[in-house]
Amino acid sequence: MTQKLISRFFEPPYAITLEHYSYEAAKKAFVQMRPQAIEAEVKKSNLRGLGGAGFNCAMKWSFVPRNTGKPIYLVVNADEGEPGTFKDKYILTYAPHLLIEGIMIAAFAVGIHKAYVYIRGEYEQPFLNLKCAVEEAYQNGFLGKNILGTQFDLDVVIHRGAGAYICGEETGLLESLEGKKGYPRLKPPFPAIVGLFGCPTVINNVETLSYLPFIIQNGGEWFAALGTEKNGGMRLFSVSGHVERPGVYELPLGIPLRKIIFEYAGGVCGGRKLKAVVPGGLSAAILTADEIDVKMDFDSLRAAGTMGGSGGIIVLDETTCMVEALQVTMRFYAHESCGQCSPCREGTGWIYRILNRIVSHHGRLEDIKNLTDIGMFLGGTTICALADGAQMTFLSYLKKFRREFEAFIQNKEMACQH
Amino acid sequence: MPTLKIDEKEVTVPPGTTLIRAAKELGIEIPYYCWHPGLSVAGNCRMCLVEVDKMPKPQISCHIQCQDGMVVRTQSETVKKLREHVLEFLLVNHPLDCPVCDQAGECGLQDYYMKHGLYDSRLNENKVKKGQKAVPIGPTVMLDNERCILCSRCVRFTDEISKSHEFGIFNRGDHSEIGLYPGEELNNKYSGNVVDICPVGALTDRDFRFKCRVWYLKKTESICPGCARGCNITIETSHDRPTGVENERVMRLKPRFNDEVNDWWICDSGRYGYHSIDQNRILTPLVREGTAAAKESNWKDALKQACVSFQNLMAQNKEQIAILLSPMMTNEEIYLAHKLFVETLQLSRVLLLGVHPNGDQDDLLIRSDKHPNRMGAEWLGLIEGKEVTQKLVSEIEKGLIQGLFLFGQDIVSQFQSERLNGALNQMRLSLFIGSNYNQTVSSARMILPGASYAEKDGTFTNFEGRVQRIRKALFPLGESRSELEIIQSFAAQLGLDLPSQTSEDIFLELAGSVPKFRGMTYDTIGHEGVRPA
Ligand SMILES: Cc1cc2nc3c(=O)[nH]c(=O)nc-3n(C[C@H](O)[C@H](O)[C@H](O)COP(=O)(O)O)c2cc1C
Ligand code: SF4
Ligand code: SF4
Repeated sequence: MTQKLISRFFEPPYAITLEHYSYEAAKKAFVQMRPQAIEAEVKKSNLRGLGGAGFNCAMKWSFVPRNTGKPIYLVVNADEGEPGTFKDKYILTYAPHLLIEGIMIAAFAVGIHKAYVYIRGEYEQPFLNLKCAVEEAYQNGFLGKNILGTQFDLDVVIHRGAGAYICGEETGLLESLEGKKGYPRLKPPFPAIVGLFGCPTVINNVETLSYLPFIIQNGGEWFAALGTEKNGGMRLFSVSGHVERPGVYELPLGIPLRKIIFEYAGGVCGGRKLKAVVPGGLSAAILTADEIDVKMDFDSLRAAGTMGGSGGIIVLDETTCMVEALQVTMRFYAHESCGQCSPCREGTGWIYRILNRIVSHHGRLEDIKNLTDIGMFLGGTTICALADGAQMTFLSYLKKFRREFEAFIQNKEMACQH
Repeated sequence: MPTLKIDEKEVTVPPGTTLIRAAKELGIEIPYYCWHPGLSVAGNCRMCLVEVDKMPKPQISCHIQCQDGMVVRTQSETVKKLREHVLEFLLVNHPLDCPVCDQAGECGLQDYYMKHGLYDSRLNENKVKKGQKAVPIGPTVMLDNERCILCSRCVRFTDEISKSHEFGIFNRGDHSEIGLYPGEELNNKYSGNVVDICPVGALTDRDFRFKCRVWYLKKTESICPGCARGCNITIETSHDRPTGVENERVMRLKPRFNDEVNDWWICDSGRYGYHSIDQNRILTPLVREGTAAAKESNWKDALKQACVSFQNLMAQNKEQIAILLSPMMTNEEIYLAHKLFVETLQLSRVLLLGVHPNGDQDDLLIRSDKHPNRMGAEWLGLIEGKEVTQKLVSEIEKGLIQGLFLFGQDIVSQFQSERLNGALNQMRLSLFIGSNYNQTVSSARMILPGASYAEKDGTFTNFEGRVQRIRKALFPLGESRSELEIIQSFAAQLGLDLPSQTSEDIFLELAGSVPKFRGMTYDTIGHEGVRPA
């Protein structure tokens, strides 16, 4: 096992109450460091956004204008909607104080006095734990006025979502937080410039922020060295599907996918053969069993035609019918498309209905060509990246498992072995 | 000021200009559905995608701002393919019920399919079933959700322009539907505009539905006579064909863009006020003896009779004659009437009287003064005075006025006076010149049928001093005649030398003599109107 940072709190005694957590990093940051020094450490750490897009965290902060006369907001993305991803839930449940400390450090670095945590509506226990931790932090002077004896004030507001995947997309989230329908916004302007309530806004994922205390404690260079050259540190991989030991594994960026599946997650269930792996949340292009030597950092995955995304790894064994797997996948996008953009709104639903017909044994061979063609125009041209993700995963199934789709249509029966 | 190239053509635009506007400037047409120059940018239809050098993905030209040195392609193979596929997506769940759709002929989907689509359908699936078809959502508009392409224009209009906030988009993905918020109906003073901006047949006009196919409509530019704003409109008429309504020639009015007056919009009372052009019209001259019902007459006899009475009164005492001109009249009519009654006949009691009650007013278009030409009348020297009017009314009631000319004013209902009613009846000559029946017509001794504003040429001056043209869309109904013609034939009957001129001739004459109109001609007024130099 490699060392544990965040995940050390996933075991007793956890970081749910202040009894087991002492905010050492925040104390160091607030008392010994200037905001610029914090930013410099984060820059050195190469910390990448772990919510999905993998954007360099320090760079994102640097886009925020500091002297507009408007407040700057921090928005914590705790919507965790990407299928196959459940690591933020662990943090929120077991280490809410770690997240709060991360929020404090980010706020202090950027000059933010109000943070909103937008938490997935279905997360009941995580919400309660976070709420108690925030209250506790207020009572003990980690939040509120004159934090840790400084002049610095910070308030944290928790807002619960109502069950829409699109409200995890950062601008859909902002709309929802403002009380509107979660329709992603046109960009530019980006939230760093015009974000929540028209003010400059930093949006970071729960996990991204939760690494900040470690970076402050041990230095940016130390963190960077844990990962690969441009992909600093570690991340939490959520592993699910046909593996012996599903769960959240904290591992350095750049670790081979094969190692995660076979060493950490205990290999494929029942000793069956591996068929395919979704490497970075549902929206990442699927990999075949031959492709799992890929290194699990953002850049290597991109080079392999897929993405690191949210770190959600879904393992599919030989019994999986890829036609049905794709049907289920596309049902998700058709259901979750917000419906603004014509290609995404109409394309996801159309594709889903074609797949339904194929699965119910009314497929035709020309469907595959049509699906590919429709898929080509699904993404790349829309307001947000939902359609891009849907496109990426959709086309990868058709390309890599085309024979199975053809066989399914021609034999009118499952090509897989179940 | 950024300079950029669109399809090899160079253009320089003010900073912040979007690509779609810059392209328009060059005469390059980029197709779009959700964009509307009068509304905020939604960017959802994705029809206006173009390629911009150095940008990795196609960009929507309604949102992207021009940058110096940009190179933009709106006609590349990629762009054409994108448009074709956006259209295909938009039609996936569209019912294609054009044969029974009122929008056919002016539908964005039909038009762009012919221009940018023309693919073979490969849809084998059932369409998503959306709510009921053809649901009335208020007094003016019908909603057919299946046809909606979710461009959100109607939502933005009611949020940003009428600020009445009735519409929302409900549900997600391809189950999204346009709808009203619970408990709402679409009932605001500008509701009809959503029909104009809906690019498809999702929102149709209850007043217009199934009356006439749009390709049969003849369109004539005009000005709404409903208030002092003078919104620019198009009168759309049907000729020589059976329509869904009997005895109506005007099928609908549409707003006409004028950024100095009404932008793209008109109010509902203007839009639906056109029925008076074809209904409740006075069709022949009428003559009344005492309190009996008026009898149909003809122009020759009626004019002769009016002249005899008028000449007798003139000979007796000019002061018992009053001529009430109206701010509903065109500049030309007021000018000519003034010329006849004041300059030639030397009458002293030629007054301006607008009889409609003053109505509501708002910050968008609606003016409380419900007359289209009060400013013009003032420029021509006629200013309405409350006291003078009151004095005249009481003189009429007392029988001191024996000759009264009314130009359309319904004074009986305006002043709610029984005595006025009786006085008109007793008067030696109470002459009503106007287009529609009203209470005053029921008491006047003589009625000469005038043309409606859709049946004549002329100009109105709006409250901001913009002179705008109305144009003849129809021939005067029945035996009605334009007021200019009536004044001219009355003068001729009196044996006066008032040359028979067209409205344009008269305008040129008044532009030569009335300072405010100096230098204006029908040509310079053109489509958008002009203000004094
Ligand atoms: C459709 C869609 C859903 C998303 N859902 C989430 C989510 O649930 N949680 C999250 O942190 N980021 C999500 N993202 C990514 C966010 O838009 C954004 O990139 C992220 O919150 C930024 O934080 P980070 O830089 O710390 O990763 C989603 C993106 C898309 C396009
Ligand atoms: S791409 Fe899809 S989910 Fe994203 S804004 Fe457009 S319609 Fe909504
Ligand atoms: S009803 Fe018409 S205007 Fe409104 S969203 Fe649908 S297509 Fe657009």
